[in-house]
Amino acid sequence: MKPTDVRNPEYYHKVVDCQYACPAHTPVPEYIRLIAAEKYTEAYMINWESNVFPGILGRTCDRPCEPACRRVRVEEEPVAICRLKRVAADQKGEVRQLMPQAPFPKNGKKVALIGGGPASLTVARDLAPLGYEIHLFDEQIAGGGMMRSQIPSFRLPEKVLNEEVDYILDMGIHTQFLTYVSSLREVLAKEYDAVFVGTGAPRGKDLPKLPGRQEGAASIHIGIEWLASVAFEHTKSISKKVIVLGGGNTAMDCCRTARRLGGKSVKVVVRSPFAEMKASPWEKEDAMHEDIEIFDNHVPVSFELKDGVLVGMKFQKVRAVYDEKGKRQLLPTGEPDVFIEADEVLIAIGQQNSFPWIERDLGLDFDEWDMPVVDRKTFQSTHPQVFFGGDAAFGPENVITAVAHGHQAAVSIHLFCQGKNLMDRPDPFTNLVSQKMGIHEWSYDSQIAADHRYLVPQAKKSVTLKDRKQEVELGFEVQTAQKETQRCLNCDVQTVFTEDRCIECDACMDVCPTSCITFTVNEDESQLRKNLLVPAENLTQGLLVSETLKTGRVMVKDEDVCLHCGLCAERCPTSAWDMQRYFYSVTKAYQMPAPFPALKK
Amino acid sequence: MSYLKPLFSHPKLPKNKLGYTLKEYEGSLSTLCAGCGHDSISAAIVRACFELSIEPHLVAKISGIGCSSKTPTYFLGNSHGFNSVHGRMPSVATGANMANRDLVYFGVSGDGDSASIGMGQFVHVIRRNLNMVYVVMNNGCYGLTKGQDSATADQGSKNKSGSINPFQAIDLASMAIELGASFVAQSFSGDKQQLIPLLKAAIKHPGFAFLNVISPCVTFNNNPGSTKSYDYVREHIDATSAKDLVPGKNEIKIKYEAGMSTQVEMHDGSEIQLNKLALDWDPEDRNSAVNALQKARAKDEILTGLLYANTDWNDLHRTLKTTKTPLNQLKENELCPGIKVLNQVNASFR
Repeated sequence: MKPTDVRNPEYYHKVVDCQYACPAHTPVPEYIRLIAAEKYTEAYMINWESNVFPGILGRTCDRPCEPACRRVRVEEEPVAICRLKRVAADQKGEVRQLMPQAPFPKNGKKVALIGGGPASLTVARDLAPLGYEIHLFDEQIAGGGMMRSQIPSFRLPEKVLNEEVDYILDMGIHTQFLTYVSSLREVLAKEYDAVFVGTGAPRGKDLPKLPGRQEGAASIHIGIEWLASVAFEHTKSISKKVIVLGGGNTAMDCCRTARRLGGKSVKVVVRSPFAEMKASPWEKEDAMHEDIEIFDNHVPVSFELKDGVLVGMKFQKVRAVYDEKGKRQLLPTGEPDVFIEADEVLIAIGQQNSFPWIERDLGLDFDEWDMPVVDRKTFQSTHPQVFFGGDAAFGPENVITAVAHGHQAAVSIHLFCQGKNLMDRPDPFTNLVSQKMGIHEWSYDSQIAADHRYLVPQAKKSVTLKDRKQEVELGFEVQTAQKETQRCLNCDVQTVFTEDRCIECDACMDVCPTSCITFTVNEDESQLRKNLLVPAENLTQGLLVSETLKTGRVMVKDEDVCLHCGLCAERCPTSAWDMQRYFYSVTKAYQMPAPFPALKK
Repeated sequence: MSYLKPLFSHPKLPKNKLGYTLKEYEGSLSTLCAGCGHDSISAAIVRACFELSIEPHLVAKISGIGCSSKTPTYFLGNSHGFNSVHGRMPSVATGANMANRDLVYFGVSGDGDSASIGMGQFVHVIRRNLNMVYVVMNNGCYGLTKGQDSATADQGSKNKSGSINPFQAIDLASMAIELGASFVAQSFSGDKQQLIPLLKAAIKHPGFAFLNVISPCVTFNNNPGSTKSYDYVREHIDATSAKDLVPGKNEIKIKYEAGMSTQVEMHDGSEIQLNKLALDWDPEDRNSAVNALQKARAKDEILTGLLYANTDWNDLHRTLKTTKTPLNQLKENELCPGIKVLNQVNASFR
């Protein structure tokens, strides 16, 4: 196997599992260390720079980082990354002065943002400091998009949402709320230099053909529409018996909101097995904690009406069968259909994109699924001036993905407005610094805490079920947060190996608590993986392979379960191993080299 | 500096026949200098005991004084240990072994502990063929007192302060063979491939097994001009054989070319299979072993591997015809068989 090229910024980035898994590549261990050092403001700013909405995401993020956390591979639970982010947001000091300060000198370019959700707001934040004149259009009364209309207040208090939306809008963004854009042609006619579409996936899926759907329409609601109507206070109550169809996070938000608006018997009914429901495990737990029953393996058959009034629904019981390829099929079990009583039904079975306002003769291509053709790297559509991001680009995802899209779309728009090649994208910012403070001293906490994950306290159910706006999760107390930070393995503190210093004493191999290091004869990768002290079977994790050493062997380190405890470097007599902190940051538009020299006159 | 090992281990760490992983055989985190050869030997002992599926509570580690004698803290943390007086490890090991023959005895010593202050004890434990593994972690210097030349430092070797050793070295391996040790091997801390099978064979050997392991002192004796540095040893090493311990007779043996392979049989049915590298050498012939050592020395080479083995000699228990039951398991009726037996014994002296 060839020696590992650690000069490729992606090698060490991949070792930082949480950061690598995060769509926006937020430097997670870096901000967790700052929280441990009680530098909450700095921790917040690291987040804000990367994911724009730390307070919001610290409560509502889908947390792709947590299943990726290395801790899962050596014990059971990941570090509570998301909830630590919230601690940074809750405990921070004054942050406004640390953000780019409006007003910004104008560069003469105008950008329209359609939709006021996380993707558009990210583009706004990244472009405003560069002097772009930004016009943001949204049909709602305020910015935030689905974060405002779909995420209930008991998960995301309005205050937190407003604060982080306002940080951006206060950068001199021209907002036009309560404005539904009905024609892209009209927008393009207004001489914008670029248009960004961040309109989300605004249409909730329905069950139009299910018997009784038309007749019972008054008692049947589309989940996201109903949630929006609750958020904007058009809907203030619901009947006692409620069925929620669907197994995603929207279904969980629907059922929990229904409990707060008067639903006594709220049941979630889902086609798939419980374990395969799309909702995050913690969302399911929270729902069940609020006395919501979940019926899995039930396929809706009909809405049942009596005297023209909805009385419940019929379901067919199924079981999941998998073929060799793991593809699932739901087969009827043959048991009689189940009737479940209900006065109202909320349909939360998924969302779709919808672009009725985009004319199809503008040169903006749509594919066979009626989705715009968008470049995965540049987020440019086939109309060079029009960019997409968030759920509008490739279908429903999540907030953090929308933010990541926004950053890249902003870079593209900035390049586009300068007439540059969109594929010529800025490299990430990287920095590798030794953490050595003395012979055996490191500037990070190298000890490995064996603590299990700490629980986030919740408000009492008797309180939360009475008040829709009472936040359920109370956030970590500072002392608990401090303990939780110690569970982080500091995966960004890299084990850097320097071949020509190694005397092959094997001390590192002997001391490594997780048997990651092997000195052996070089082979091709598949053979080498087998030859290690413990075979490296996790193929998603890289091998750090050295140049050939004096005795003809190579050093091979399996990155899989390295604890970054620094013992290899402590036991190394020649400092051939060193612990070096790797900082990786995706370059945002406003961090790119100074643009528009001509306009600076 | 870290004083504690993380509790986590590799989730796929292999298990031995007892269901234990290597972790169960490890000790505390070493406080020796980073890169010390002794730590490698500790790691080799851990692996040898793991691979032989020895129950950790059936091992006793006994040591004297010195860097080497600190190491029992760093391996086999679940075994018995006795850190004794300087150079007196053999006496304590003899006493322990006499009291309980069921344990595996690891005597850990250094070049100072064995070749200087403990020489008298070293000589006599060999004479008695006590069933134990006697490991000398030999770094040719007194590492604990800042690296003065020890009795095993080679003549002409340069120490870290630049002075040349004017005295002849004591060759512990030759001496052990000469004194009648029944198993003598030599190895290098930086070569676990060789060291681990040797340790396993030594554990299996029914008698006194002596291992002289060259173990560089990274702090005081790893300088150019030293004959016990990593670089020097690697350049001058000459192995007698490539070897493997085959635990049972029925197991598949590695096939070597005719005339190149030889076996040393152990009493429990296992055998050491050797791929001979030195053709005129026979591990069961003392003369050829001594000759091989002398020839290697004349060529400035360090002969490593199994040098000599004799499994026929009686160990101390057999010589003294001691009871097979450990003393702590003897009941009152066995220890005090009554007036009738006493009278018989007394009568035998009349």
